[in-house]
Amino acid sequence: MKRYDLIVVGAGPAGLSAAIEAAKCGLSVAVFDENAKPGGQLFKQIHKFFGSKEHQAKIRGYKIGETLLSEADAAGVEVYLNATVSGMYMDKEILVRIGAAMEHFKADAIIIATGASENMVTFDGWTLPGVIGAGAAQTMMNLYGIQPGKRVLMLGSGNVGLVVSFQLMQAGCEVVALVDAAPRIGGYGVHASKIARCGVPFYLSHTITKAEGTDCVTGVEISQVDDHFTTIPGTQKHFDVDTICMAVGLSPMSQLLKMAGCNMVDDPRRGGQVPLVDENGETSISGVFAAGDVSGIEEASSAMIEGRMSGLSAAAYLGFLSEKDKDSSLNELEVALDSLHQGMFAPGSKGKAFTKTDEGIAVSQSLLKKGYLDEADIARFNHFGKKTGVHPVIECTQNIPCNPCQDACPKQCIKIGKTITAIPRIDEDNTCTGCGLCIASCSGQAIFLVDEDYEPGYASITLPYEFLPRPQKGDLGTALSRSGQPLGVAEIIDVRSAKAFDHTTLVTIKVPVAQAMTARFYKREAQRAE
Amino acid sequence: MNRISDHPILGNIEKGQKVTFLMDGKQMEGYEGEPIAVALKASGVMIHRYTQKTHEPRGIFCAIGRCTDCVMIVDGVPNIRTCITPLVQGMTIQTQYGVTALEVTE
Repeated sequence: MKRYDLIVVGAGPAGLSAAIEAAKCGLSVAVFDENAKPGGQLFKQIHKFFGSKEHQAKIRGYKIGETLLSEADAAGVEVYLNATVSGMYMDKEILVRIGAAMEHFKADAIIIATGASENMVTFDGWTLPGVIGAGAAQTMMNLYGIQPGKRVLMLGSGNVGLVVSFQLMQAGCEVVALVDAAPRIGGYGVHASKIARCGVPFYLSHTITKAEGTDCVTGVEISQVDDHFTTIPGTQKHFDVDTICMAVGLSPMSQLLKMAGCNMVDDPRRGGQVPLVDENGETSISGVFAAGDVSGIEEASSAMIEGRMSGLSAAAYLGFLSEKDKDSSLNELEVALDSLHQGMFAPGSKGKAFTKTDEGIAVSQSLLKKGYLDEADIARFNHFGKKTGVHPVIECTQNIPCNPCQDACPKQCIKIGKTITAIPRIDEDNTCTGCGLCIASCSGQAIFLVDEDYEPGYASITLPYEFLPRPQKGDLGTALSRSGQPLGVAEIIDVRSAKAFDHTTLVTIKVPVAQAMTARFYKREAQRAE
Repeated sequence: MNRISDHPILGNIEKGQKVTFLMDGKQMEGYEGEPIAVALKASGVMIHRYTQKTHEPRGIFCAIGRCTDCVMIVDGVPNIRTCITPLVQGMTIQTQYGVTALEVTE
């Protein structure tokens, strides 16, 4: 039986981070993962991450995955792939299926970082081919380069549903609607706005009542639900689709911990059955730790921090790290984790309806119901700033943990301050040069550069664009509003790509000056204003 | 064709060698090393199997080897999760009826 100082189960963001920290302290570390490739779900995350610099904000998930793998390699972490851990027993022994063989491994400490699995909801026809999980959609399009479908309906408006809807459009699929039984959009408003301005309608307080088709999905029927989530007869709507995608939450995969006899708790806020852990991630069994989604559903950024914390704790538990060094490292990480746990979407705020931001501004109800800010919201949020010449317009109206825009501006036009959940403010004393770094730095694609004085009667608007084909200078297309409604002809007057923009193209359109604060997207086809 | 030839973020997604395989006796093309399910999807195959009792069609659902909805008979072996099994030149894939590779008799 092979022995290690530390065994980590799961080679996702939490597991790899834990393994790296422990190996750096001198432990011999083995990571086991049932998949053929390490990295968990990181390699399917093609969007820029939120947070601040220490959380690797504005870096795309798959790039973070590549960094973790090379760090693990450099630290001497041994990774077993296609290795399913099927049992965890007394004295920190595990049973692993590798190929056709069952093998035993033993360690002095174990970190469980098995992540989560997707939840499902059932409806008539939900077993038909063409009904898939949002994770399946990401796997197909972002790992294997195949469209999950041509016309897709998304169920679930949390960040996963919103992000995957956008990614489906990036893969060339059409998203016909986003449906959620909840009365409010669950994910970040900025994610919702990205798809709303492409013209995707949101159906809140709606659910799927039927998937249509005999051999595979050919359509879907949705119905409105009342306050008790009961469908209201006569409210059905039909869409022709070939794919129905479900993004209805995640559940911790905590079976190994339960099997080993760790004290568990049912916590709906954490997504289901989770182990009871102390502040370092140690379970009720001494030397057995849990990190990442398995101890409560969050996202990859916090999973990486939790992983590092458990790796350091395991190192200290085995005497590879002094208590003093452990405490100072953990304190730093706790601050980083804590900053992600603030704001309107903090784990402790789940299900809470905020009426005001931390700044005391009434939140946009339109954003929560339809996915975009209405004109009254634009007027109310006073951080848009306005003066002559080109200037940034920041449509970030919720308290979310994110601040790369503040560091991106070389002229310090954008201020957030120490609290990273604060809404960005424009500093009117500093002059915008129109460099566009703020646009590309915003993971929520919520920053625009507007110049009302571009030409007499015309304004220029620079916006983030992450679709193909890229518009060309001189192209004529249609300006779209925040809700994706055609406003009129828009001319492309500039297209900028740069390494620093990381695949976000900055497209500048020329529109009548009256549309300076309403046009927020560009569609290649000519389309008349309605 | 539902393969993504150019992606705004990922560019050209790398593929293995082009290979051929048999799906219920019909020759199809795919790329070596990609999941069997992806090659089938590219060729328009949606139904991977029929359930034993009610003969309902099933296809890809989770695409990460967890749900087992996409299992098929691969080179004579039933219950192979096609979403995580790499495609190899000359593979024989069959629609699965029920839970075994045996012919279904009512």
